[in-house]
Amino acid sequence: MPSDPAEPLIWARGLCKRFGDLVAVDGIDFEVGRGEAFGFLGPNGAGKSSAMRMVACLSPLSGGSLRILGLDPARDGVRIRSRLGLVPQDDTLDLELTVRENLYIYGRYFDLPRKVIRERADQLLAFAQLTERADDKVEPLSGGMKRRLTIARALINEPELLLLDEPTTGLDPQARHLLWDRLWRLKQQGVTLVLTTHYMDEAEQLCDRLVVMDKGRIAAEGTPRQLIEQWSTKEVLELRFGPGEHEALAAKLGGLAERIEVLPDRLLLYVEDGDEALAGTHRRGLRPDSALVRRSTLEDVFLRLTGRRLVD
Amino acid sequence: MSTAPQVTTRPPRGTLVARVLPPALLGGRRAGRLVERNLLVYRRTWIVIASGFFEPLFYLLSIGVGIGKLVGTVTGPGGQVISYTAFVAPALLASSAMNGAIYDATFNIFHKLKFAKIYDAVLATPVGVTDVALGEISWALIRGTIYSAVFLLVMAVLGLVGSVWALLVLPVAVLIGFAFAAVGMAATSYMRSWQDFDFVQLAVLPLFLFSATFYPLTTYPPALQVIVQLTPLYHGVALVRALDTGAVGPGALVHVLYLAVMGVAGLAVTSRRLGHLLLR
Ligand SMILES: Nc1ncnc2c1ncn2[C@@H]1O[C@H](COP(=O)(O)OP(=O)(O)OP(=O)(O)O)[C@@H](O)[C@H]1O
Ligand SMILES: [Mg+2]
Repeated sequence: MPSDPAEPLIWARGLCKRFGDLVAVDGIDFEVGRGEAFGFLGPNGAGKSSAMRMVACLSPLSGGSLRILGLDPARDGVRIRSRLGLVPQDDTLDLELTVRENLYIYGRYFDLPRKVIRERADQLLAFAQLTERADDKVEPLSGGMKRRLTIARALINEPELLLLDEPTTGLDPQARHLLWDRLWRLKQQGVTLVLTTHYMDEAEQLCDRLVVMDKGRIAAEGTPRQLIEQWSTKEVLELRFGPGEHEALAAKLGGLAERIEVLPDRLLLYVEDGDEALAGTHRRGLRPDSALVRRSTLEDVFLRLTGRRLVD
Repeated sequence: MSTAPQVTTRPPRGTLVARVLPPALLGGRRAGRLVERNLLVYRRTWIVIASGFFEPLFYLLSIGVGIGKLVGTVTGPGGQVISYTAFVAPALLASSAMNGAIYDATFNIFHKLKFAKIYDAVLATPVGVTDVALGEISWALIRGTIYSAVFLLVMAVLGLVGSVWALLVLPVAVLIGFAFAAVGMAATSYMRSWQDFDFVQLAVLPLFLFSATFYPLTTYPPALQVIVQLTPLYHGVALVRALDTGAVGPGALVHVLYLAVMGVAGLAVTSRRLGHLLLR
């Protein structure tokens, strides 16, 4: 059955994953279309990796239905995996081999001819900026280099669908920007991307559409802009007072904002007009140590939906 | 919103054998990828491979030749009188086929499974768990076959080969390797730490010493003979010795069957257990 371009690349209904009594993924529905960049945003333990591994045909479903490329992972795992690229949360590079050999043998796992692999390996080494390290062992590479190699490796079979589980966690800002650029280029080439992340800037930069996951469920879904419009206000006023005062002061600010979040180090006032709210704060005789007016971000959506911050 | 046909998310249990066996028969090409990977790694450490030749040779020289001087001759499987060296050499070949396979299938596989995490990456490709099991077992067999061939050559040079049946010793050594590699890998899939490997030693050493390796089965009292005949290495030793001395009877088929069943069962358990461990 050839898959229809209009058909979703991933189609999930009531998807569940249980480990004994623990419910890691609790009946989620989602679809990812061809060429889309789709994100799972969520705190630790939300079930992002568990969902990802089911899509990668690495983990049997505990319930629900799943179709990938129009195929059933329980029956057609081999066919699906041959068209998929996976960047797992933890690098699984072959430490006994060199950088180039890692690409080579991975290509062989996909049954690619040696000649094809050699050509692609050269391109991928350039893509990952690892050409100079091609004949070095993998072990001593830096974390960022290993991550780039893992991504390059996932591309050896020219996948239609690339799954990236926290592609940039642990990387320095420069390495992250380099990776975003690489992923953006892949998207331009028509590769469908599914990624999980803790970083709202990553989600905003890369994802056309995303779901916020919490405790195994999908708390909200939409484009980054839609999510912000639906779940947050236009502006946010951030106020810092002395340590330990925030809880008590929040009560005195009642009525100034649609919603107030009390964080250990500051207060967040969700408002339409930040300057107006700041003026109101001053009128009530409060003198914050610092005040900042900014636009709402996905972080605010996240805080609202899960009661937690993305990165602690 | 699109719809999809009803799916059963897990195949029914009864199809397990069907799931394990056909890929085991058809999966040769993909299993070969694991062999290719190991070749890449060992290309640089061939010296480790070469060292495997020496262990059985040392045994042959010390026990076969050294102790053979003291013992002189013994009665072979066909009732004929043969030198002690010629009696022990086939048993050492069978034992080394077992030892090599067990070593590869336990220590090496455990390291790859738990520490190097080789298979976590492999299984994200079209290569499946049965391919992994078959591939790693094949690798152990390829290595083992080279060792056995060299050993057989040494035996021939020392005049310890007494029959043309000995040509079949190599395939039999592969069969012994298969049986022990498959069961060894299955056992490895249950191990939690390196401590558990003491049990491997605990199982292998008595097999090596008591499988009618160093003296004929008839040395044992009848009750013990039965027990020895139930253990696997005995069948390997008896088979290789029969071929080497030319005393081949229909009993050889029992030995072959025993080892083949052991290997297939080990393979089935291994693929299932790898699935449990890695595809969760
Ligand atoms: N193999 C496993 N066995 C048992 N429990 C598991 C297993 N894998 C995941 N879990 C549990 O499932 C839950 C969801 O884990 P998962 O790794 O999917 O979360 P995540 O959203 O990817 O988190 P993180 O952001 O920390 O990577 C956690 O409670 C985790 O402990
Ligand atoms: Mg995760």
